[in-house]
Amino acid sequence: MDPATPLSLRRARSVRPSRQARREAFWFHVLISPWIIGFLIFMLYPIVGSAYFSFTRYDVIHPPHWVGLANYAYLFTRDQLFWKSLRVTFTYVAVAVPLHLAVALALALLLNVRIIGMRALRTIYYLPTIMPQVATAMLWLFLFAPTYGVIDWALSAAFGIHGPDWLGSAHWVLPAFILMSLWGVGGPMVLFLAALQGVPNELYEAAQLDGASAWRQFRHVTVPMISPLILFNLIVGLIAASQIFATAFVMTQGGPDYASYFYNLALYNNAFVYFKMGLASAQAWILLAIVMMLTLLIFKFSARWVFYGSER
Amino acid sequence: MAGRKRRMRRILAAAVLLPGVLLILFPFYWMVASSVEHLAQIVRFPPELVPHPLDFASYPKGLTFLPFARYFLNTSEIAVLSTLGAVLSASVVGFAFARLHAPTKKFFFVLVLSTMMLPMAVLLIPQFVLFKTLGWVNTYLPLIVPAFFGGSAFLIFLFRQFFSSIPEEVFDAARIDGCGYPRLYWSIARPLAVPAFTAAAVFHFQFSWNDFLAPLIYINSNSKYTLALGIANFRSAYGATPWNQLMAVSLMMALVPITIFFFAQNYLLSGIVVSSR
Repeated sequence: MDPATPLSLRRARSVRPSRQARREAFWFHVLISPWIIGFLIFMLYPIVGSAYFSFTRYDVIHPPHWVGLANYAYLFTRDQLFWKSLRVTFTYVAVAVPLHLAVALALALLLNVRIIGMRALRTIYYLPTIMPQVATAMLWLFLFAPTYGVIDWALSAAFGIHGPDWLGSAHWVLPAFILMSLWGVGGPMVLFLAALQGVPNELYEAAQLDGASAWRQFRHVTVPMISPLILFNLIVGLIAASQIFATAFVMTQGGPDYASYFYNLALYNNAFVYFKMGLASAQAWILLAIVMMLTLLIFKFSARWVFYGSER
Repeated sequence: MAGRKRRMRRILAAAVLLPGVLLILFPFYWMVASSVEHLAQIVRFPPELVPHPLDFASYPKGLTFLPFARYFLNTSEIAVLSTLGAVLSASVVGFAFARLHAPTKKFFFVLVLSTMMLPMAVLLIPQFVLFKTLGWVNTYLPLIVPAFFGGSAFLIFLFRQFFSSIPEEVFDAARIDGCGYPRLYWSIARPLAVPAFTAAAVFHFQFSWNDFLAPLIYINSNSKYTLALGIANFRSAYGATPWNQLMAVSLMMALVPITIFFFAQNYLLSGIVVSSR
């Protein structure tokens, strides 16, 4: 607002928005109303509903029966499979998420040089992320197959190692899932690549004039400049990895010996196989609490290493 | 000095990236190669790196063992209708967030973005109860109707970013002519947004085409299966694992999103980049 506007008029405006502003606000709400309605029906009601169900015994056929904290108490104190699924899922998250970030960033750094065919390379690395998860699952089930599987053949041909029985071994099934997930590293890589291309060249030139080594340029120019995207990929990766379902459902059903019994498999079985909707709702809320806590922790510590530029 | 360094970097890039490309491409190759082999060739050790002789029989066999033509139509119906709804509604909502002002705008925008972080599991059970009460279980409605209410937070964000980048002057002339907001969206903004519509449509189509969890929960009669359900069900229906047929049908399912990606990849990659800002 123009500073020359008389104070009385300014106050009048801030108290009573103009007719034009009110008309605009009216239309804003009309235009976003599909989302508001959808949010109320398909999100807010389910959030409140699953919170309520988590305190009940509920099999869909009979009305929910209030049991207080019994579901939570059962999960934490008596349900061995709940703890197992928690351990399996967060072991996977703890290894796969940092590994994805490191590999995606390394590939993006390498792809960020001008050589012929870079565009084609970028497309190829992105390709696996387009595959339907069910097709990916079938393909890797085949690649990991014992005796005639091509991965074990490659291991024996290249290193003379007798490959493990990947999906049939309680020790190797999680490494197998992590290996398979690396195939989809092109997703975060494309984002890193775009961020790298946005780093102004002058920063590197200045660093070179100061005699900074390649490592110091990476550490003190590249990493700070793309740190918002590292944070973004970290959080998106955490949320996605903690919800792994389709591949595990198709490939192992959680086996062998529950070694790949991911959190959402346990939840799905309770809800849609045993129709323990109350128990499954409690599981859903525990997952939400864990993911939210981790996200908040990451945000809290991100203040130390994420650099948002001077203009923001 | 600088020139030598740059050359070193290129050599390093090629030395890592080219073997990497082989690792990425090999599973695709193996999928194609196995689909044109006889089952006896597949279980042989060491495996045949180049299949010989070629046997295309697994395509007709696999695709007719279960009614995959039917599943193809089912999946297409769901994906096309839900994409239509998602793109239409997300573009209107995104337009409002980009070009209109209201005191509540920031609140709603933060709300939209925060829904991205919600684990699917929290919504799953009450949604199922809701759709069951409505009598929508074993119909495609739970897979289509929600898309008409804003698509997803990601699509809204994509459209909002795109519409924000259009210069204000484009709208000024129309506004002086007394053009209302709905017409501002329909006649001015929408025709300019072909790249955003393309990216959003492809993203949502792929999501819907590839979706497994929602069809698994809502569809239970065989004739209504989607491709994802059909393939997941193939082994137990067959009572064994005919890898050549499984690779053939998986490849046929994957071919649709891959083909679309190749035609739309420039729009897509810029769409992904926009969404991360």
